[in-house]
Amino acid sequence: MKISTIFILSLLLLVQNVMAQNNAPVEMANAMRDSGKIYVVVAVMSIVFIGLIVYLFTIDKRVKKIEKGN
Amino acid sequence: MTKNWWKILASVLVLYSIITGLLFEVPHLPVLHETIRNLYFHVPMWFTMIILYLISVIYSIKYLSSGNEEHDLLAVESVNAGVIFGFLGLFTGMVWANFTWGDPWPNDPKLNSAAISTLMYLAYLVLRNSLEEEQKRARISAIYNIFAFPVMIVLLFILPRLTDSLHPGNGGNPGFGGYDLDNNMRLVFYPACIGWILIGVWVATLRFRIRKLENKQLSN
Repeated sequence: MKISTIFILSLLLLVQNVMAQNNAPVEMANAMRDSGKIYVVVAVMSIVFIGLIVYLFTIDKRVKKIEKGN
Repeated sequence: MTKNWWKILASVLVLYSIITGLLFEVPHLPVLHETIRNLYFHVPMWFTMIILYLISVIYSIKYLSSGNEEHDLLAVESVNAGVIFGFLGLFTGMVWANFTWGDPWPNDPKLNSAAISTLMYLAYLVLRNSLEEEQKRARISAIYNIFAFPVMIVLLFILPRLTDSLHPGNGGNPGFGGYDLDNNMRLVFYPACIGWILIGVWVATLRFRIRKLENKQLSN
């Protein structure tokens, strides 16, 4: 066998090994993974909303600045 | 900052409704399942729209008695902001209907009425743009607005109640106060409504202030 094929085969074995490990339940102390991961959605929606609000506040500020300038 | 407290309050209330709206316990109902949470996001859009149209009609009446150009501008910009919330209400409703009633547009009387009232307010905006002379435009559109508002109320709240409708509180269906809004949901729903209404008013005032600046620049 060529060295490259041996290399590829060993790589495949390695990958299989890693995949097999993934099947086992991995306990993580991460609240974001709990109960169907709804907290992730909450975080994303909060970020979107906070971003929009910050944007609204900056528009507000800019308008105020122009109003004072006139 | 002292004048901005209500904007911060609006942001906090809506943020609270996003977090608790997704996490709090809701009644387990057939068909609706978790989509019952849409109540916190879909319905406030319509309430905000109605409040903005109400503000608009109040300023239209004020304009007719005062002739103050600012009242006219406030009336238009309230409708401009209200139309945005109307469209948001229509689109969120279509998504919700698609997954609960099986059709994005099930020809429910309330849906058709909402579409007609949105078109009515779009017509108001088109009418304004078609009139060149400023005072004439302000007066004619104010009168149109005063007629449009009660028609909108009839379309949204009275006609759907007279026939069969899929919406709760219509056509013999029990309303909000019945089984589908328990006290837990009220804790989220009312703050969400107040928050979104304040945000709608905020957007309208921003538009009004920008429009005023534009007019000032034009006259200079």
